[in-house]
Amino acid sequence: MVKARAPTSRFAPGDRVRVAARPVVGHCRTPWYLRGKAGVVAEVQGTFRNPEQLAYFKPGLPAQVLYKVRFKQGDIWGRYAGPVGDNLEADIYEHWLEPLK
Amino acid sequence: MHDHDDHDDDHGHAHGHAPPQKDHDTGPVGAYEVLEEAVRSLLIEKGVLTAQEIAAQVDLMDSRSPALGAKVVARAWVDPAFKKRLIKDTRAALAELGIDIGTLAEFRTVENTPNVHNVIVCTLCSCYPKMLLGVPPAWYKALAYRSRTVTDPRGVLAEFGVELPKDVEVRVHDSTADLRYIVLPMRPKGTRGWSEQELTALVTRDSMIGTAIPVAPSRPKARKSSKAA
Repeated sequence: MVKARAPTSRFAPGDRVRVAARPVVGHCRTPWYLRGKAGVVAEVQGTFRNPEQLAYFKPGLPAQVLYKVRFKQGDIWGRYAGPVGDNLEADIYEHWLEPLK
Repeated sequence: MHDHDDHDDDHGHAHGHAPPQKDHDTGPVGAYEVLEEAVRSLLIEKGVLTAQEIAAQVDLMDSRSPALGAKVVARAWVDPAFKKRLIKDTRAALAELGIDIGTLAEFRTVENTPNVHNVIVCTLCSCYPKMLLGVPPAWYKALAYRSRTVTDPRGVLAEFGVELPKDVEVRVHDSTADLRYIVLPMRPKGTRGWSEQELTALVTRDSMIGTAIPVAPSRPKARKSSKAA
């Protein structure tokens, strides 16, 4: 974890968010299957250097706040076979999240 | 799912005195082996790493195994205050037990409850809590596990022998970033009064990934005597 003081986090637990649907070239930790999907912030995980830059030997600054985002399985897959209560959680960096009312 | 069965079908030598154990390096050298050796010697030549540092890291990784994780889980089962600390700050709680998880990744502990069953996957590559569980099983890195665990977790769990009622939430954790996850399974029924050490033996690697549920043998006494016999 980056030792420097964490920047203010844009989102708080309970906030509804959407993962940006933009394409990206190169290393990226935001999985394809979650792009454009809506979820809820479950936890603020801390602040980490941006892996999209670290992968290319850049400093990865400014560091990004990382969130644990909870998605309903039914919101990710059109035809999820399990019960509606099943969820998936993934760690998504702030610059990939958009507020959702 | 199966581990790869890597026995070469080398029926070339008809003269019946093959050594009892084949040397590991008698086959053709693979592309990744060549790449690894090239990178390693470059790193050493350029002074980025020393051969001793590489050997020390290999030793460190070899010292990690599911036994370490089992110790942690058993402690959490017998010590509720430790369990609380483990969930709140996994790094610090592990340090209490003398387990240093290094600086490469942060750790999180997710607790199974009667209402929630957690399962860990990494769809992007194969991130795994190596500093606690050692080297991951081959299936954890397989495309089938990585893709199907997010699309059909209950189907995958059923193949591992874990069938959960519909009112239990299956919660998949895709380790996409800087955090590594470990599942804290529920303490099996019928283990009241068991010692921490006895409990440790029930904690399997898969139960800490979420693809298994620890169970107590129905008659622990019988189990012990059969072992002694």
